[in-house]
Amino acid sequence: MAAAGSPGVFLLAVNGQIESGQFPGFDDLYCKFCFVYGQDWVPTAGLEEGISQITSKSDVAPTTLVWNFPIDITFKSTNPSGCECWGWWDPARRPGTRLTHTSFAGPQIVVSVYGPDFFGNDVVRGYGAVHVPFTPGRHTRTIAMFVPESTSRLQKFTSWFTGRRPEFTDPKVVAQGEGREVTRVRSQGFVTISFNVVTKDMKKLGYDVSPSDMQNPSLVPVTEGIHKY
Amino acid sequence: MAAGPSDAAPQALRDLPPVPSTSRTGFAEFSVRERMREKLKAARAKAEITLLQEDRSPRPRRLKSIRERKTDFRLDKASDNDKFSEMQEDESHLPSKMKFRDSVKRHKQKSTFQNDFPSAEEAYNFFTFNFDSEPESIKAGARKRNELNEEEEAEEECVETHEDEQEEDETDEDARLVKDDDLFIIGQTAEDFLVMKPADCESYSEQLKKEKEFLFTPSMLAVPPSEKMPGNMQPRYLEDEGLYTGERPFVSQSNQNILENRILRQEQGKEWFGDDGKILALPNPIKQSSTRPPIFSLEEGIAPELETVYRKAIKMTAANQYLVGPGDFQGPFQLDIDISGLIFTHHPCFSREHVLAAKLAQLYDQYLARKQKNLTKLLTDKLHALRNAVECSIDGGDAGVPRPVAQQSIPEYKIEIRQTRRLRDAEQEKDRMLLKTIIKVWKQIKSLRDFQKFTNTPMKLYLRKEEVDQRLDEKAYEAEIQAEINELLEECMEEYEKKMKEYKTELQEWKSWKKTQKSKKKKKKKDIHEEEESVEDCDLGEERVKPIPPKMANSLEIEQQVREKADNCRRKPGEPALIPELVLSGSVTPTELCPRAEVLRREDVKKRSAFIKVLFNAKEVSRTVTRPISSDFRVHFGQIFNLQIFNWPESLKLQIYETMGMSSTTLLAEVFIPVPETTVLTGSAPMEEIEFSSNQRVMLDHEGVGSGVSFSFEADGSNKMTLMTSGKVSNSVSWAVGEKGIPLIPPVSQQNTGIPSALKNIDAIASIGTSGLTDMKKLAKWAVEAKLDPNDPNNAALMQLIMVATSGEARVPDFFRLEQLQQEFNFVSDEEFNRSKRFRLLQLRNGEVAEFRNYKQVPLHEREISEKIFEDYEKRLQERDVIDSKNYLDAHRAVVANYLQKVRESVINRFLIAKHNFLLSDLVNEEEIPSLGILGLSLFKLAEPKRPLKPRRKERKKVTAQNLSDGDIKLLVNIIRAYDIPVRKPVMSKLPQPSKSSRSFNDMFAASPSAQSPMDSPDWALNQVLVRPFVEVSFQRTVCRTTTAEGPNPNWNEELELPFRAPNGDYSTHSLQSVKDEVFINVFDEVLHDAVEDDPERGSGIRTRVERHWLGCVKIPFTTIYFQARVDGTFKVDVPPVLLGYSKEKNLGIERGYDSVQNLSEGSYITLFITIEPQLIPGESVREKMNEMLKKFDTQEEEKLLQAAAKYEAECTSKFPSRKCLTTVIDLNGKTVFITRYIKPLNPPQELLDAIPNSSQTAAELVARYVALIPFLPDSVSFAGICDLWSTSDQFLYLLAGDEEEHAVLLCNYFLGMGKKAWLIIGNAIPEGPTAYVLTLEQSQYVIWNPSTGCFYGQYDTFCPLQNVYCLIGCDNIWFNMQEYDSPIRINFDISKPKLWKSFFSRRLPYPGLRSIQPEELVYQHADKAAAVELQGRIEKILKEKIMEWRPRHLTRWNRYCTSTLRNFLPLLEQNQGKDIEDDHQAELQKQLGDYRVSGFPIHMPFSEVRPLIEAVHSMGVHTIDVSNVEFALAVYIHAYPQNVLSVWIYIASLVRNR
Repeated sequence: MAAAGSPGVFLLAVNGQIESGQFPGFDDLYCKFCFVYGQDWVPTAGLEEGISQITSKSDVAPTTLVWNFPIDITFKSTNPSGCECWGWWDPARRPGTRLTHTSFAGPQIVVSVYGPDFFGNDVVRGYGAVHVPFTPGRHTRTIAMFVPESTSRLQKFTSWFTGRRPEFTDPKVVAQGEGREVTRVRSQGFVTISFNVVTKDMKKLGYDVSPSDMQNPSLVPVTEGIHKY
Repeated sequence: MAAGPSDAAPQALRDLPPVPSTSRTGFAEFSVRERMREKLKAARAKAEITLLQEDRSPRPRRLKSIRERKTDFRLDKASDNDKFSEMQEDESHLPSKMKFRDSVKRHKQKSTFQNDFPSAEEAYNFFTFNFDSEPESIKAGARKRNELNEEEEAEEECVETHEDEQEEDETDEDARLVKDDDLFIIGQTAEDFLVMKPADCESYSEQLKKEKEFLFTPSMLAVPPSEKMPGNMQPRYLEDEGLYTGERPFVSQSNQNILENRILRQEQGKEWFGDDGKILALPNPIKQSSTRPPIFSLEEGIAPELETVYRKAIKMTAANQYLVGPGDFQGPFQLDIDISGLIFTHHPCFSREHVLAAKLAQLYDQYLARKQKNLTKLLTDKLHALRNAVECSIDGGDAGVPRPVAQQSIPEYKIEIRQTRRLRDAEQEKDRMLLKTIIKVWKQIKSLRDFQKFTNTPMKLYLRKEEVDQRLDEKAYEAEIQAEINELLEECMEEYEKKMKEYKTELQEWKSWKKTQKSKKKKKKKDIHEEEESVEDCDLGEERVKPIPPKMANSLEIEQQVREKADNCRRKPGEPALIPELVLSGSVTPTELCPRAEVLRREDVKKRSAFIKVLFNAKEVSRTVTRPISSDFRVHFGQIFNLQIFNWPESLKLQIYETMGMSSTTLLAEVFIPVPETTVLTGSAPMEEIEFSSNQRVMLDHEGVGSGVSFSFEADGSNKMTLMTSGKVSNSVSWAVGEKGIPLIPPVSQQNTGIPSALKNIDAIASIGTSGLTDMKKLAKWAVEAKLDPNDPNNAALMQLIMVATSGEARVPDFFRLEQLQQEFNFVSDEEFNRSKRFRLLQLRNGEVAEFRNYKQVPLHEREISEKIFEDYEKRLQERDVIDSKNYLDAHRAVVANYLQKVRESVINRFLIAKHNFLLSDLVNEEEIPSLGILGLSLFKLAEPKRPLKPRRKERKKVTAQNLSDGDIKLLVNIIRAYDIPVRKPVMSKLPQPSKSSRSFNDMFAASPSAQSPMDSPDWALNQVLVRPFVEVSFQRTVCRTTTAEGPNPNWNEELELPFRAPNGDYSTHSLQSVKDEVFINVFDEVLHDAVEDDPERGSGIRTRVERHWLGCVKIPFTTIYFQARVDGTFKVDVPPVLLGYSKEKNLGIERGYDSVQNLSEGSYITLFITIEPQLIPGESVREKMNEMLKKFDTQEEEKLLQAAAKYEAECTSKFPSRKCLTTVIDLNGKTVFITRYIKPLNPPQELLDAIPNSSQTAAELVARYVALIPFLPDSVSFAGICDLWSTSDQFLYLLAGDEEEHAVLLCNYFLGMGKKAWLIIGNAIPEGPTAYVLTLEQSQYVIWNPSTGCFYGQYDTFCPLQNVYCLIGCDNIWFNMQEYDSPIRINFDISKPKLWKSFFSRRLPYPGLRSIQPEELVYQHADKAAAVELQGRIEKILKEKIMEWRPRHLTRWNRYCTSTLRNFLPLLEQNQGKDIEDDHQAELQKQLGDYRVSGFPIHMPFSEVRPLIEAVHSMGVHTIDVSNVEFALAVYIHAYPQNVLSVWIYIASLVRNR
């Protein structure tokens, strides 16, 4: 890192929380999260992985599962490729070359939700991933969650019976596109995450990510949040 | 209802007061209740009124559920136990509620006057009442009261319970109240004189009865038709009458009946029925067959809806074709459209004069254009030139042109002259005609002006006469005519000659014909007279006309013709040349002076105005201002529109509108303007006039002639003409020039600037260069070939273009760009991209280049990337093609190594690709469906004894390799025992010390060996220590040794622990698989010598020196241990064929107990157990997956066969999961090949067969040895454990490297070629692990061959390294071992028994005759003896240097005499394959070097590289001897076999002079 003149890295500080989930029909769920990022990204502070408490549905009307599980991580990076806003753009990719995982290099948060099934076995209730937003400010993301399907009816039955449902070998699979064509998934609920993003030195390095016409890009109106309850 | 209540009510009334017996009420509450009562009073009055009012109206019926009734029960029970039985009775016969209410009423009437307190009945009524009108408010009131008055609420408890029936919401609350307070309350009710009556219950039957009044249950029985039909009508069946009714939708009969019954209950229900007595219904709308066309799928297995359909590509719309993205540094491009004006060549408002004037103007324009071109002059000049040329060539032909060429060109010239003359004449005539017409029109105008007495146009035509010199002119004229006449004459002469020739030939023909005719006629006349007529007839038909001789042209005639023509089209000599000149200087008659019709016309013209819209890509982008049409029908705009464009210009269009007065706007015409060439820039673009015309029809009532209306100039109306509105738009379109003079042109072919092309709109060829897509060079070539006249003004544009193109100024792209839009996305230029280290780094990483695959954090700034990063990579790239001959002594092997490297790279690349293909199991963990077997097994496990009698080995915990570091892994080597270690020869140790003086070897040792024969001295044998062996294990240069044991069959049973270090500390599976290190297990003999034999202090103490003599070794590659997890067994010790000073112990016959074992095979054996601690998980998955991947990708096998193979494999592995079944393998190209294709009889080198002509046994051994001499290179090492590639035998022989499979395949093929029965064994052996052996059938005995060592074993050989047999592979089938055991000793090799061996091809699937991939015949290079000798010398030198290098602190002396002896001896060893010569050799050596104690041995190796040789020599440790006066001898012998297979013998010995 150059001391004064121009910095060699930019920083992206993300904090926020995994607020809640909507999983109709399921209860007592907990979630795990981890960050997936490319080779040019390094976490400098905070936790890359975490596991939340088990939360139960409330009896009253909105049957959301509230975790309010904090996430707090700071990345440094030299190359913004693969971030939410740059997802399609990779400077090193020339026409005709294969798109590899490095093309999806920006930090993504991968959330997986687990909970007991009918027999009390811990099974997965959903996987999901979303890119960490790149523009400073507060962002709320709702991720649609999904689980891999059994390959056959019989498998489905036995997996239900034994409580060992198909799972991804690695939750990080959901953050990449490779190999997904061989899987079949079913959607199952939503998870809402809020991020508060602070960046440092991005503009200095020529990455202007904030929309020019808006000072405060995505401040969610307070009322909107309230309406959900 | 009438009688019952009256009985019950008084009873209840009577009974209620003395209730307190059951009450639990405490007195403490009284005071509270008192207070509350006061408050209640006020509210009660109001409630009463309401109650009374409400009471009058009949109470709506309410259905009571069972539960409600129960509540009633409970209530009664709770309130008064006494009443319980009574209640029961009541319930049985009365709707209890009604009764109860009545009684309440009655009671109320009584009680109201007694006291004002609300009775329980009142309260009950108050709450139980169903307030239909406003239940909410009442309830709310009641609630309020509840809150206010605890006491009252208590009193009303029973009522509340009823309320709960009505209001579900309150259930909880009420329930609670009942529970808490019911007894207490009832106590209070007694106090308050409340009369409680038991709740009445309706009996079920009553209820039903009542329900019947309200409810209707439609019957399911069919309705008689009479009921459905109005007034006794008979049902009429339309269908029977022949009318179409259609099928009714299906409704079940019972439902139909229900519906009918229901409908009939209604008034006018009959309307619903049709004439046939059925419910009216529309016909069934559901069609039986689908009306949509069925979709037929072409491919199986794909749902037809999902099938892809081919559609032809359509052109992209213009809107999508962006030139460049916004924000491009080049900025937007600009097109300047200059619309200067509009000239109408005809307009409805034209007067007649205008029409003529326009015509005149047009003609004049034409004239000017012609004059500018001046074709006449041009052609005349050309004619002159041609004539001159002809004259020249005729005259001399000496103008540098060789005669024949000139001669040849004369006729060409002449033809040219004729053509040119004709053209010129035509042009001249046209000129003249034009002039005439101009004059004629002008005259017409003049006469018209005279006639109408006013002038409308300022046009005036002057004819300027140009005087000419009469004489000169005449002369020229005459000369011209003469020349022409001459030419014509000549032409005529030619013509004449030609014709004459034709005539002559024709005449000839005619004459001959005539003759034959005549002769025929004569014949006929003679023969048949009668037929004359008919014959003549046919003859007449064929009669030929006698050719007419051509006429000679008359010169006079010609002259006359020429002159006539000249008169017509040429100016007469002396006549002045007329030059018309059109001027607009005339005066137009002012409007006042004109007649009315003309005035009207002029006014009309004034009203009119015009404007032009500019449309770019069919979108209006701008329009001009509206300008009035002037009296001369010109509109001047003079506007320039600058279009900044983003889209490719597809079309440019001008729309001309005319407005009349204030109102109507009509579109006159649309004019398409060609998009300018990229060369046309603003400033240099010429104004162009584009004509347009409109088909609008206008008739005017004034002087204007209108459009599309016929009119005439003649007074009688003849000679009518119809003109359409037409005109010209004067405009220019060009590319703008930006600041700094950069043209704002799309960058397609910016270089083509500076070619102004005026003709581009006319000439298709001229606009070729526009788009920059045409190949200019081809065009130029074409122009040259087509002999375009460069001077022709018509070709000017083309020529210029070609000139520019060929001169190299313009770079024309010689490629076709597929992604032309890519340019927009290129954020830097390619040069910059390539220059940037950062981009390069990113690119390389993205490409997964090995060096950069895991590069983290590519720096942001260029300057932070050091140049060194790429150095390694570039070096590798460079070295790829450079064969480094330093490491390889043999050029061929260098090439092979290079080739192998390339194969390796390609395999790794494939692997990388394969890594990106995923199987479901890679992504999703899914439990397998537990099969019955597994379930049973797990059940069985439960019943297992806790402490079994025969404990099984428990699997150790496996450790994944990633989280390991140096020192975590240890190699455990358990050395148990050894058999048959060579023993010292007594001769060496017991040899009498020779005196220094006696140097004569011959004398000394002549008889010594025989004299010292061990057999002769059994005493010695018993007393002497035969050998003191110990084992040293070295691995990764770490050495461990056991203690020393004694005797030829030592028993150590020691565990040695060696640390393992992974290369570069990388403990990944991938890296571990490619560890090349081997575990050396060396057996040594520890020899004690007295240190200084002639030491003076000898007597005081014995100093001994320990020497160790290498006896043999076992090598086990680390990868074997890694993959096998443990290596356990007895291995043959690799003992050199000659061990100086040692002999095989068995001759001594000491240990009799082992005789049986020893007889089975020769050699020494050692029992070992090697494992890794902790156990590592071998990375088989990658390998399997890779194979899986490769199978998926490339194959040339039939799909059917592959499926059968997969099935076969699955079947086999399901039965014997541990046995590997091999059906398909991957060849060197990465393609899947069926395994039997590898097996084919092949010819071994003829030399080997020739060597031993008679004995097939020896020949087989020789061949096996030859195969074993080909160096061994495991695939797991060369391909980093990724996959197992099988090369064909010719590839193998070329590469001279391969692993077990290649060796086995080659050996098997050789045996087949030698006429043996041979199969490939796929099995498991120690120490190799999964391997391939060869099985042969020799005289009803199965022999197992180890192809990589050349050894063979009988089936029942206990020391056979092959442990398990999985399957056999022949040239046409595969047999899988279905026997219980798989050890070769315990199985039957008879493949004809299907129960023991499951064959792949069977009757069900016959062998399809797969073509072998092996070559027809192997061609061998002859052994290159000279090269071998040279190599031999080099290796010897290298090894000697190495030994000296290893002994840095000692002087290394070479005993040349010994060396030469050894050298002579080595070929002998090769010849005998190292057998049965030991004794001779020993003797000879002893004879020659009697004075020395020699210890040494020959090493035999196949040759691949030098490095392994050095390693081998080093591992023997001969150099470690540190006796001061030691000498060394080293000899190398290389025997060359065909195909460059080299057998290397290294004999190394150390000599110590005996004192």
